[in-house]
Amino acid sequence: MESLKRKDEQFQWKHKHLLGLRDLSAEEITYILDTAKGFEEISTRSVKKAPPLRGKVVCNLFFEDSTRTRNSFTLAASRLSADVIEFTKTASSVSKGETLLDTARNLEAMGIDIVVIRHNAGGAAKFLSRNINACVVNAGDGFCEHPTQGLLDVYTIRKIKKTLEGLKIAIVGDIAHSRVARSCMWAMTKLGAEVTFVGPPTLMPAQVDKLPVSVSYSLDEVIEKVDVVNMLRIQFERLGGNPFPSVREYSHYFGLTVERMKRAKPDIMVMHPGPINRGLEMESEVADGSNSVILEQVKNGLAVRMAALFLVNQAAAVQE
Amino acid sequence: MKVILNSRQIEQILAELTSRIISEISPQFDVAVIGIRSRGEILAQRLSSLLSQGLGREIPCGTLDITLYRDDLNSPRSKAQPRVRTTEIGFDIDEKIVILVDDVLYTGRSTRAALDSLRDLGRPKAIKLAVLVDRAGRELPIQADYAGYKTDVEPGELVQVFLFESDGKEEVVIG
Amino acid sequence: MSELLIKNGRVIDPANGIDKQCDILIVDGDIAEVGKIKKTAETVIDAAGKLVVPGLIDIHVHFREPGDEEEETIASGSAAAVAGGFTSVVCMPNTKPPIENETDVEYVHRKARQARGTHVYTMGAITKGLEGVELAEMGFMAEAGAVGFTDDGNGVQDPSVMLRALKYAAMFNVVVAQHCQANSFAGAGVMNSGYYSTILGLPGADPLAEEAMLWRDIQLVKKIRTGRIRYHAQHISTAGSVELIRAAKKDSLPVSCEVTPHHLLLTEENCAEYDTNYKVNPPLRTSRDIEALKEAIAEGLVDALVSDHAPHLQSEKELEFLTAPFGIASMECSLALFVKALIEPGVLDWPRLIELMTVKPARIIGVDKGTLSKGRQGDVTIIDPNAEYLIDVNKFRSKSKNCPYHGWAVKGRVEKTIVGGEIRYSAGN
Repeated sequence: MESLKRKDEQFQWKHKHLLGLRDLSAEEITYILDTAKGFEEISTRSVKKAPPLRGKVVCNLFFEDSTRTRNSFTLAASRLSADVIEFTKTASSVSKGETLLDTARNLEAMGIDIVVIRHNAGGAAKFLSRNINACVVNAGDGFCEHPTQGLLDVYTIRKIKKTLEGLKIAIVGDIAHSRVARSCMWAMTKLGAEVTFVGPPTLMPAQVDKLPVSVSYSLDEVIEKVDVVNMLRIQFERLGGNPFPSVREYSHYFGLTVERMKRAKPDIMVMHPGPINRGLEMESEVADGSNSVILEQVKNGLAVRMAALFLVNQAAAVQE
Repeated sequence: MKVILNSRQIEQILAELTSRIISEISPQFDVAVIGIRSRGEILAQRLSSLLSQGLGREIPCGTLDITLYRDDLNSPRSKAQPRVRTTEIGFDIDEKIVILVDDVLYTGRSTRAALDSLRDLGRPKAIKLAVLVDRAGRELPIQADYAGYKTDVEPGELVQVFLFESDGKEEVVIG
Repeated sequence: MSELLIKNGRVIDPANGIDKQCDILIVDGDIAEVGKIKKTAETVIDAAGKLVVPGLIDIHVHFREPGDEEEETIASGSAAAVAGGFTSVVCMPNTKPPIENETDVEYVHRKARQARGTHVYTMGAITKGLEGVELAEMGFMAEAGAVGFTDDGNGVQDPSVMLRALKYAAMFNVVVAQHCQANSFAGAGVMNSGYYSTILGLPGADPLAEEAMLWRDIQLVKKIRTGRIRYHAQHISTAGSVELIRAAKKDSLPVSCEVTPHHLLLTEENCAEYDTNYKVNPPLRTSRDIEALKEAIAEGLVDALVSDHAPHLQSEKELEFLTAPFGIASMECSLALFVKALIEPGVLDWPRLIELMTVKPARIIGVDKGTLSKGRQGDVTIIDPNAEYLIDVNKFRSKSKNCPYHGWAVKGRVEKTIVGGEIRYSAGN
């Protein structure tokens, strides 16, 4: 290919797995974002396909329910011309008590090229990557990481604010059980943003003071100062015990209301990984308001996931 | 390293290509220029403004990134990892005569990738290939409709195009 | 008359204050003489350059019989024990079904006799089914020879049940041992709660889970204060627990405690790659906790060093960290590990280490062992303190190899293990 020699092509993406953002450098994260940019256009054409994963098989291995993320990956894979098979908890031998290791060996025997895994155990994606030859993309493991969500969040911010350097970002909600909060923290701090975790003390993780973030128990105190606010979903299914007395009290102190928005910067970006509990994490008017980029996040999610699948596949091809 | 074209010659070639295109294409059809990244896009921009001047109407210009359509993407032998860039074509290509522009036509694989890519974007009336340098060494049955400079270099030798906008200088060298 | 003479070794018998080069003569399975012995005997072992100590005693092991015999049996565990230098071990009762009446206790003893390896004692359950609700038949179990009661694997959650257990067990002069774990603090924790559990995305168990129950139990012991009550805190792992033990002993309460090698050598950071060989309960803590435990050992606050040998199949450990079973199987290398943790950094010398692996644990379980006193059973362990080697799990006689120490360079090897005058293990065989 004669016309494609340029100095900035020396950076190489070497990872055949995307397990988390903690172990990626700022340069690597930026590379994924830049690559995602090239994939945005595919979704705007009439033939919404490109051929890089033609003939490859992507398996969605979802041990936790998630229509949204799973569909996003399915669409991303098929936009790249890959074949997709779905392995969801209820529909497979997983529910019959097969171990993750046995599942991995079965997938390997079937010749799967890329496995997208969502699992309730932190470290499950890493475990899979050690026991299978295929590429592994982590779609969420316990409360460890959800790298493509972190990436699409910073991609969205970068698109609108041009850079994350010096931005003040608040992440609000059940931080203790949130893999999104962790992935966002790693990506955002590596790209130069200042991150504050906001929530009640009962929803902060152990030794949060050792993380590269500030902590606040008051959304009111923080809302005026930040450029971006990322509201996390309160996942009732994950909460053990009751860390707050009622939904009413939680939304009173930590919900993003129209009232709070009045005190925020006029160009504040409002984000949410979805699906939204309307009235709990934020009022409908805020979710649908002009500062909200929630739908943009979904759109960008597709481009970012295409980039992720493309890059891990490339790294695997080169390593053969 | 031998300079085979200097900046004046490059300018001249582009002017010649422009007049040939204008003379050959029937005025009833819409024309658009699409350049293959990376230097093809620069040449395309120049060509489209020359064509706009010559035809007295705005000729749209777009940029095509062919990375996703390369046939060596999943090959373990490729050492370089090509960057995925953006394709920016802000107009409909259906029923237009698309002038596809690249800097060097060598194996023909870039052109093949570009044709595949354009097929997913629409159905042009016709696609014409315009290149600055046409060198020997085809690996596919592809030819340029408008070739600026033809050369018979050895297969192993490099033909490099440098343009002001990307490289700060303007010349074509061999070696 | 069978005679075994062990010559020229450095005899260390902490119970009798002996640490000198001399000989031991065992006649018909009992210790006949300790000192410079001129005569010869039928079997002679030259222990020059070696340590000759009372047979080591491990008062916390899990042999999975009955119920999980594929992981370990009393026979395989017994063979592993003598390979580790142990002439006596105490099994935990959390088998399937649990050891909760005299028939179960007798079963363990019978299987152990058939194995002809180490002496095997067993503890009995505190509560039926280890459920923490109704007391098990402590009386009958004590008569059958149970040397303690514990619900190990679980802690007794209900304070009133524990109070009742302590009072009741006091009738039989048998120690009550606790796996200190308050479940409401431990939650679903699979490792220590802290920075690592946060970034690894795993539920963490707060140290309070151990400390809260230990504190509670010490208050109960204080309240009862009868002469016969004895309480033993199993596998303590935190600096906070050390504080509680220190205060309890200062108060002269009948409280003892034990420590495992992994809580002296490994930290939560070892879990960073999700290797389930590091998944253990109580979990690996921090270096600060290790320092506190070492200080406690140096100060004489710790009464026993134990392995908490917990065998599991490879297939069981080949699960995600979240769901893999807890446990490290390290009985066969625990002596070398304690050397690494305590002798090499100068926390203890050999006599004090041997004391914590012989006479002191023996006193906790109330058996007349752990000494080289004349007339006692000839349980002797011969150790080469200078042998340097790499731990090889494939040479373990245990059915299970689940431990993180494979390949570790250690010093100190068991050369021979003699049980009742019989050489039941010899290195190199």
